Amino acid sequence: MQLFPCPFCGPRDETEFHFGGEAGKVRPEPAGEVSPAAWSRYLHRNANPRGATREIWVHLTCGEFFLMERDTVTHAVAASWSLRKEEP
Amino acid sequence: MTARRISGSGASLSFSFDGRPLQGRAGDTIASALLASGVRIVGRGFKYHRPRGIYGHWTEEPNALVDVTRDGRTTPNLRATTEWLTEGMIVRSVNAAPTAETDRSRYLDRFARFIPAGFYYKTFLWPDWHRFEPSIRAMAGLGRLDPDHEPPADAAPVNARCDILVVGAGPAGLAAALAASRAGRSVMLVDDRPEPGGSLLWNETEVDGVGGAEWAGAVARELRDRGQRVLPDTTAFGVFDHNLVALWERRHDQPDRQWRVRAKTVVVAAGSIERPLVFPDNDRPGVMSAEAALVYLKLHGVLVGERIVLAANNDRALAAAEPLRAAGAAVTVADLREGPVIDGVHGASGVEAVTISGRRMEADCLLVSGGFTPTVHLFCQAKGRLRYDDRIAAFVPGEPLPGMAVAGAANGAFSLQEALDQGHAAGGGNGVAPRAAASGAPLSIKPAWPRPGSKGRQWIDFQNDVTVKDVELAARENFRSVEHLKRYTTLGMATDQGKTSNMNGLAAMAAITGRTIEATGTTTYRPPFVPVPFTVIAGRRRGELFNPVRRLVLEAEHRAAGAVFREYGGWLRPAWYGPGSAFEATLREAKQARETVAIFDGSPLGKIEVMGPQATDLVDYNSYNTLSTLKPGRFRYGFMLTESGVVYDDGVTARIADDHYLVSCSSGHVPGVMARLEEWRQDRFDPAKIAIHNSTAGLATLTATGPRSRRLLEALALGVDLSDEALPHMAFADGVFDGATARIARVSFTGDRSYEITVPASKAPALFAAMVEAGRPLDAFPMGSEALLLLRAEKGFLIAGKDTDGTTMPHDLGVRGPRDRRAGEYVGKRSLFTDDAMRDDRQQLVGLSVEGETPLPTGAHAVDRIEGRRRSIGFVTSSYWSPTLGRPIALALIRRGLGRIGETIELVHLGRPLKASVTPPCALDPEGARLNA
Amino acid sequence: MSGRYSAFALLREGLRGHTGWKPAWRMAEPKKEYDVVIVGGGGHGLATAYYLAKNHGIRNVAVIEKSWLGGGNTGRNTTTIRSNYFYPESVALYDFALKLYEGLGRELNYNIMFSQRGVVTVAHSDAEMEIAARIVNAMQINGADAELLGPGEVFERIPLANAGPKARYPVFGGVWQGRAGVARHDAVAWGYARAADGFGVDIVQDCEVEGFLVENGRCAGVETSKGTIRAGAMALAVAGHSSVLAAKAGFDLPIRSYSLQAMVSEPVKPCLDTVVLYLGTGTYLFQSDKGEIVVGGGIDRVPSYAQRGNPPAQQTIISGMLEMFPSFGQLKMLRQWAGNVDVVPDSSPIIGPSPLPGLYLNCGWGTGGFKSIPAGGWLTAHLIAKGDHHEISRPFDLDRFATGRLIDEAAGSGIAH
Repeated sequence: MQLFPCPFCGPRDETEFHFGGEAGKVRPEPAGEVSPAAWSRYLHRNANPRGATREIWVHLTCGEFFLMERDTVTHAVAASWSLRKEEP
Repeated sequence: MTARRISGSGASLSFSFDGRPLQGRAGDTIASALLASGVRIVGRGFKYHRPRGIYGHWTEEPNALVDVTRDGRTTPNLRATTEWLTEGMIVRSVNAAPTAETDRSRYLDRFARFIPAGFYYKTFLWPDWHRFEPSIRAMAGLGRLDPDHEPPADAAPVNARCDILVVGAGPAGLAAALAASRAGRSVMLVDDRPEPGGSLLWNETEVDGVGGAEWAGAVARELRDRGQRVLPDTTAFGVFDHNLVALWERRHDQPDRQWRVRAKTVVVAAGSIERPLVFPDNDRPGVMSAEAALVYLKLHGVLVGERIVLAANNDRALAAAEPLRAAGAAVTVADLREGPVIDGVHGASGVEAVTISGRRMEADCLLVSGGFTPTVHLFCQAKGRLRYDDRIAAFVPGEPLPGMAVAGAANGAFSLQEALDQGHAAGGGNGVAPRAAASGAPLSIKPAWPRPGSKGRQWIDFQNDVTVKDVELAARENFRSVEHLKRYTTLGMATDQGKTSNMNGLAAMAAITGRTIEATGTTTYRPPFVPVPFTVIAGRRRGELFNPVRRLVLEAEHRAAGAVFREYGGWLRPAWYGPGSAFEATLREAKQARETVAIFDGSPLGKIEVMGPQATDLVDYNSYNTLSTLKPGRFRYGFMLTESGVVYDDGVTARIADDHYLVSCSSGHVPGVMARLEEWRQDRFDPAKIAIHNSTAGLATLTATGPRSRRLLEALALGVDLSDEALPHMAFADGVFDGATARIARVSFTGDRSYEITVPASKAPALFAAMVEAGRPLDAFPMGSEALLLLRAEKGFLIAGKDTDGTTMPHDLGVRGPRDRRAGEYVGKRSLFTDDAMRDDRQQLVGLSVEGETPLPTGAHAVDRIEGRRRSIGFVTSSYWSPTLGRPIALALIRRGLGRIGETIELVHLGRPLKASVTPPCALDPEGARLNA
Repeated sequence: MSGRYSAFALLREGLRGHTGWKPAWRMAEPKKEYDVVIVGGGGHGLATAYYLAKNHGIRNVAVIEKSWLGGGNTGRNTTTIRSNYFYPESVALYDFALKLYEGLGRELNYNIMFSQRGVVTVAHSDAEMEIAARIVNAMQINGADAELLGPGEVFERIPLANAGPKARYPVFGGVWQGRAGVARHDAVAWGYARAADGFGVDIVQDCEVEGFLVENGRCAGVETSKGTIRAGAMALAVAGHSSVLAAKAGFDLPIRSYSLQAMVSEPVKPCLDTVVLYLGTGTYLFQSDKGEIVVGGGIDRVPSYAQRGNPPAQQTIISGMLEMFPSFGQLKMLRQWAGNVDVVPDSSPIIGPSPLPGLYLNCGWGTGGFKSIPAGGWLTAHLIAKGDHHEISRPFDLDRFATGRLIDEAAGSGIAH
């Protein structure tokens, strides 16, 4: 049971959170100009790093999406911040 | 072994072992009571069925597993050394029949040479393993499950937090807890014994001028007085992410329960476990851990033998000689540091004599110690790495972990003062640590590891019957990694999880392969430290609480009306009303709904409000169908897609005002729709300009549907003009019911004229009563979900997830407009144009009609033939007898289905061939005249 | 020396102290160059090597493993083998694996203890029974064995299942596949390793990949902790670590790694004779030959490489089991562990060429890797030897993510596999 720091509510159990995806993906648009490869990359490809990663999460109890940097091996959490704030 | 009780008071308790009536005392474990009663053989080995006695004194015990019946209820596989005796307890040995003493499978030991480690991988190949399996299974297994005993789910876990969690209330743990408490920190101290003290309870010593046990009691009292938590009978069995420690608390008059403790610092002061010595026939009853003999003497007043041989390779264990002599035993000491070797023990069913370095000695008990293995389980579970310390012949914690300290014997500190000092430091103590009377000399030990190539059968893992020869065989066959050794020989995989065997096993492998013990390494330490009851882990999460259903505000009213409830999308809803079978009731309701007026509780339907200057942009983006062109006061039906272009849900959206929408969705999809709206609100639009609110729970919706629905509405007098001009299909208006706003919406899930009335949930009972009353002269009646499903199917109205699957795109449902023409972006758009989305043989929703009276089975597949081979081209998703049409109807997803309308297709259900002809999905009133009838 | 395993060999060795058994495999050190190098010494990697040698005569092969062979998901799963799938592509794949498993013990001369005791998937409502019928019909049409069971037939197979009035998930019926079962997971890895070694394949343990050798845009070998190894062709069979190696080779994959937990009880005498899955709880379990109840469920919800247990998922799995079998509340959890599973958006495997020519993929098995080991190995070997797909593996090519032609069992059957 990990503790994730919601930037709005503070540290909470991982069961209150939902994984949103890896950070940094930009939805390719407009649809008519997006190649199959580009769309597939957006929909399906992940870096899935072993180690440090930056992801989007949502805290289900407050509904806020945010960014979090953590380690996928040690589960150490480095930082989290609101989607609308610059990274600390 | 002629063990006997020599002291102690405790009330007498009756119990039985393998059918023999025996007496024990309050405060006895089953093991101490068996020893005091002179029982030597308490079980049989797993594989060879050799007789086994009690070896240890606590959680490390490998042999004494028993099935215990209390109050008529049996629990299998309890460890006799940790289970407290109670009056009337019925104790049976496991894996032995009829008794441990007279086990009829004992002949197996004579075939031992043919069934070494892993023998089963090499045989049972012909004709087939499954032929041999039943008899092998019957021989395996330990205790017996009691099929009639269903333990209740009655212990909710407790969540707690503290600055310092101390695991183990021995000297190091007590010193840590005391120091932390005096430094003003919040402390939890847990120990798996009923009293604090750990090794102080059986080693005669003084701390700070008082007896060890007395000091331990005083420390626990001080902690309690300061408001700290001290949990006896509690085992810390697992460390998880971010210092979450799981505890198993055993309570006397209440069920066991789990604690989940989040600690800033965990101090592991879990002590150590004495290792057996490895020599020929070292598994005989009467061979016992030296420390265990002390424990039975000091805690239970049981002297384990009259003529004892004590063989040990370390001074700590050899010190047991004095108290045993003082209790009246003749003790012969073999100090293995000085060279003697145990050649073997004599006596097939228990020690009769011991030969050491060629000298035979009559004895009834052989106490052994091969050193001590620090209990580093929690440190290792937290991914700590061990280092091998030659001086004490043991693995100890290496680099410290953040948030965790290891102290005392668990950290390789075997002298009392060292343990107190380490505990004091781990607790962040100021000043001096508690003082021990004894000197602080470190452990004096000379390794006595198993020797490969030696004679006889020498046990390493007692419970799983793994010998030195098995380790040699594993090495010979190149199962040399410790993990291969474990898996191939099953060493350390028994219910004691190798507490006494792992070190000897890996030392044997190290010796055989010429590597160091450190290079050989240990296997992975995994939770739990001891077997933990499943009920403790599950807590209350059973039955209704496993995955609670959502309940309607009107549940009581529906029950009074005769509703039969079923679960739909996580909600408990009326399936039908009144007596009769589901089939009859559903037909009755569906028929009447088309003739008079049905009252249906649609409250679980999702009602999500989207408001603000960018609300239009968001709902447009979220929806396959354009919503920005919708006029206020009107509804539009449409789909929400996933980014993969698949239909996620269908439903109507109302535009309440220019910047205010009400998005409805299936009851089961409410959290999902909320989540996607929030995601895009925050990650695509300006969140300051959109607010989203889930109104589902606060509102109740009752629907009147059928030709007489308008008359029912008129009778309710809600203050709304119900004319078709003022309130046409797909429009809504706000009225008043009982002083509250009542939104009246003309949307239809049945194809008939319908009115949905939405009121605050608190008004639902009154509204339901009013509708029933107003409906009385109209032959109105309550309708359940089953009839609604039937009515929808008659109209070809799909149920997302039933009549669509995870591949269905909107154009498969004949809704092509937005895909072909819509200019802007919306969720899932690009995916509607992949190669797969453009295929011309996609499965499309169609109707099916059959000859005769029997509806098609839902789940039947349509098939065609390619080169003579049958192939599925789709399946029936909904199928009913339509009481209105007087014939069966069905919906199906069929490959290229819309192009096959009019064709007859072949179907198959459980091997039975069927035929049907393909029709448009809508079987009733395709023109929609009934909407305004 | 005893090369071949049999009851007779066991007797003979028993009489001479088991001193004549040969190593199950050599402790090989890598040569400078091989025709094929396979990364990953789990079931799929070892099976690929075996079938390269046996089916295609390619014996100059190395399997390199960063730790000990069989130590990844092969040695951490719940050992169920079944082919109760919905789509014809899936049935073709998993039933091929099941058929290979049926003869595997004798073929490898290694008892993998494949116990075809059947799998029952239990449905809890009329709606789920309709889905169950949809699946049974699909399986029968696709040539796999399947039966639709009524509640009585379910209770015949699992008499201790919760029949109480308060059962959260009542038994309405189920899907039965009688040929399905369980096998001894380690034995599958060891059996393939021993047989591959017998063909001359080098199995190199404690050999970690550090990078790939790329020449003229083609994968020419691999840099390892034991030096550079050149290869005519390479394959990756590293499950949850696929993304890590793909990154070293310069591409990414539609994979996310998660922990999948499982646990066992202490052994008890036989009380459960089939494999059981409840749709309602998502928990599945069976009793091992040793007597332990082996139980598993859904994956953890946090992407991770940590391979460690986690209380929330444990509680869900265990409480699910007790809801299904209330008397199992007498039992205790003995051991718990986690694998690192490679989850793909459609939960179907990826078999095929990678974006780096000369490097082939065998990954994305997610929670279903063990049951497919023989097929995965067979098909990957075919791909390497022929340079082109076997007809069974073609639908599972990486290109499906661009065409959109996913094989999503959960989408088709409504049941996550």
